[in-house]
Parts: sequence; C-alpha cells; structure tokens
Amino acid sequence: MKPFTYERAKSIGDAVAAVAAKPGAKFISGGTNLLDLMKLEVETPSHLVDISRLPLNRIEDMPDGGVRIGAQVSNSVLAGDPRIRRKYPVLSQALLAGASGQLRNKASTGGNLLQRTRCYYFYDRTMPCNKREPGSGCSALEGFNRIHAVLGTSDACIAAHPSDMAVAMTALDARIEIVGPSGTTRVIPISELHRLPGKTPQIDNSLANGEMIVAVVLPPPPAGKQVYRKVRDRASYAFALVSVAAIVDSAAGRIRDARIAMGGIAPKPWRLNETEQMLQAALASDRTFSQAADAAMTNARGFGQNDFKMPLAIRTLRVTLGMLSNQT
Amino acid sequence: MTPPKDQSTGPTRRALLEGSTAMTLLLASPATSFAQVSARAPAAAEAAPRMPVTLTVNRQDHALDLDPRTTLLDALREHIGMTGSKKGCDHGQCGACTVLVNGRRINSCLSLAVMHEGDEITTVEGLAQGDSLHPVQAAFITHDGFQCGYCTPGQICSAVGMLSEVRAGWPSHVGDVTADRVSLTDAEISERMSGNICRCSAYPNIVAAIRDASERV
Repeated sequence: MKPFTYERAKSIGDAVAAVAAKPGAKFISGGTNLLDLMKLEVETPSHLVDISRLPLNRIEDMPDGGVRIGAQVSNSVLAGDPRIRRKYPVLSQALLAGASGQLRNKASTGGNLLQRTRCYYFYDRTMPCNKREPGSGCSALEGFNRIHAVLGTSDACIAAHPSDMAVAMTALDARIEIVGPSGTTRVIPISELHRLPGKTPQIDNSLANGEMIVAVVLPPPPAGKQVYRKVRDRASYAFALVSVAAIVDSAAGRIRDARIAMGGIAPKPWRLNETEQMLQAALASDRTFSQAADAAMTNARGFGQNDFKMPLAIRTLRVTLGMLSNQT
Repeated sequence: MTPPKDQSTGPTRRALLEGSTAMTLLLASPATSFAQVSARAPAAAEAAPRMPVTLTVNRQDHALDLDPRTTLLDALREHIGMTGSKKGCDHGQCGACTVLVNGRRINSCLSLAVMHEGDEITTVEGLAQGDSLHPVQAAFITHDGFQCGYCTPGQICSAVGMLSEVRAGWPSHVGDVTADRVSLTDAEISERMSGNICRCSAYPNIVAAIRDASERV
C-alpha cells in the first residue's frame, strides 16, 4: 500500500474542502472496496478524509411519503430498516443479495454507489486496462470476459457495474444528494450518477473533485409488487451475472405500470425504459413478457465468454415479470 | 513500540492471477493466499508519518503509534499481540479476520486501525468470561465445528455477531424481508455465515454448533 496521510472529518464542509484542497485526496467511509484496491495499489490516494462519523447515518421519512437515506447508513442497517422492508422490499432484497454479513455492516450507502468494477484486469496491474491506466488498452475484449457487460460498452472498456443496491435504487427512481466543495447541494437522478465508458472509462461517475454524496432520496413507493432477482455462480456471496429489479403494477390481467432495472450486464445500473413502455397497458401474458425481454436485449453484444448473459437476461426478465403479475 | 513487520504487503490478486486463469480470482482461497504471503518480499519501505491512536480491545485501552496504513487486523496481531484474529486472504473474502466492532461483525483486514478510535472492539480473546467459554465457543467444541482451526476465531466472532443480528430481527437473502421474526433454519445459518470460508469444509458441524448455540445466547 502506498503511504498516505489521514484525517477524520469533523463536518461535511470540512470533508469536501479537505478533499478539494489536496490533489490525490479521497473520501473513505466503510473502506471495503477502497482499501482492497489500495492494498493492490490500484488506488493510490495520498490523503484520506474519513467521513464515516459524519452525522449522515439516519433514514428519515419525507413529507411526500418517500425516505431520505443518509450516505453513511450501512448496507445492513438499510436492508433491515422496517420502513425499507415494508415500502421498498426490492431494495432490502438487493442489499441482502450482495456481499457478506461482515461487508454489509461496514459498507455505506454512498460507498456502495461509488464502488468500482470487479473486472479482473482492472485489479491486475500487470495487464492493460483503460479504466486503471487510460490508453493502455482493454484486456477483457479478447480475454477472460465471462463476467463482463453486454450493453453500454465501448471499444475502450466492457467492465460491468457490480452493485446490487444501485440496481434497485435505479428501478425506484432514486435521487442523489451531492454536496460540493463550496458547500452547495445539488440533486441528480441516479441515472445521471454513473456514466458509460465511451472513450474515458477511467471516469466512473459524474461527481466533480471534492463532491460528496450525502443522501439518497427515494420517492414514495410506486404501486405494484416489487422483487429483486439475482443470478450468480454461487447461492451466496457472489456478484451478479444477471440481476433484475422490477416493480410491476397489474390488475385484471393487464399491466398498468412497470419499472425495471438490470444489473451485471452493463457499466451502470441499466434501466429498461423502452421495455417499460412496451409493457404499459399490455396483457399480462407470457407472450408479452417474452417480447419485452427480447426487446431489452436488442442492442446487446457479447464478447465470447459472456454471450450467455443475453439469453440468461431474457429468461430472468421473463420469469421475473411473470412472477410479479401472477402469470408464470 | 514494536515496529510493524510488514504493513504494505499482502496477497494480491495480481499475484494470484499470475500463472493461472483469471477465474482464480473468484475462488481465491485462504490457502492460496498464504502461499503468496510467504512468496512475496516486503515492498520497499516508504516514509509515512505515524499517528497516535488508542484502540479499545476487549474493554482495555491500547495506546499505539501507527502508520496510517495499518489495518485493524495488523494492529491487533502485530502491535497489540493478540493473534486470535487470523489473516487469511487479507481482502475481505474469507472472514478469518472477523471481529466485533460496537457489537457488529466486520472484516478487520478491510478497515484501517486509525478509523477505530473510540470504538469497542471485541476479538475472540474477549468472548469468554474468565474460564467460562462463550456459548458459541463451547458449541464449536461440542459439535467439533472445525478441523485445522484456522478459520475458527473468525467463524465464532461472526456467529456471535450474526446471532445478535437475528435477535435484532434483521432479514437475510433466504428469508422474507417483510417478516417480523427470523426462524433460524439451517439455510438461514448458511446464508448468514457465507462470509466465513472453511477450507477444511467443516460446514455441517459449524452449522450444528451455531444452531445449538442460538438457543443459549
């Protein structure tokens, strides 16, 4: 691990100012991803600003019926919160499908959103990786790419986003509250937090230097049934090959509304806007679900070892939609 | 103060990938990692200013002077001399380093010691009351919940933390998140303990020990 200096932030203002002031400074909260990468010297911050004790660990009810989740709420506390379990079960399920009990106790809400890809080559400093070292090339394109993305990729990077939590939050239309170095707050939809690799895969998200996520705001729970379905190599403690967060409102054999996001298949949580439109007011039948699932993968492209993700995503989506509308 | 022996090295995924397929990454076992620890020479020493930090371990304060890179695990083992918590993978994958911080289980290898000033840290050494073993410790002996024993301190600390999560009503992946109470089936125990790997594969007896202990704690 490269040497660094450390400070514990006393306030949000202190924290953002400290990171903005020092080149190479980073926030640290749970540290479960950052320290892992620092041990491998994939991440080499010169200064760490500890934000884990900031008063951002509350889950508050909002006047509109939504909730505001402080960025320092741990993944396990969020998954176990009675309000989240009752109103947003898809979020509890997604959190509980990720990592281990120990990691969920440490990992924060903000850190989970900003965790980095688990692409083998991103972790392997002996191999080219455009995300780790811009311009060095992408080893995954023609290498081991079984876990990689099939949508939203570029010639520079095909890494998949690893979060389960962010997929559920994407289906729930979460908004991200961000404080900048000048102390001003801005709010963006979660769809604008993560970015596609394009020619600059080293930039994971739209945060500027010194900006810090302080909260995630969920709008009131949408009508309908919610579920998070995750397909992985082991029954527990493994990243998603394919996952689906879906909320489907149906009545009298028709779908009124559907909100769907997928994980494991793209560089960011992948919202299926067009598929959702196809499902609007459609008959809740296996034929409908098959067509919608096929449509979701129209633009998908495999790289050899991950070709299986396309049929797997289609089948997972179809069965999940059927389950939610009682039309299996 | 004893200087840290080796704070900056550890098994790396890079090392694991050399000479094998990338798939090894997902299957990195403690056994693989140990081989890499001994095979790698310490990295060149670089200056890093030390920091004073007081850790409260098993209700006793320890004033330390640490390189900020020191993990909680290394602080416990190399600086305080409490070697009950084990270093397996050093990357949060095996669970051998599990300790309780403010009553909650965490991987001590993936946390910086300087971040834990003011926390109540409990290691496997702090679970017994004098000569009287903690019910989870006793159950591991009764049910022979180990073979080589290397993962056992982590298994036991993790089980103690897990049972307190169950008492708090926390749901798991295999249960219904909307249910108020947890029924601690074997499937629940396995799921909730999936962060602790046992390469001797003593899992049936580990599950039996935890099932038994769950009725006593």
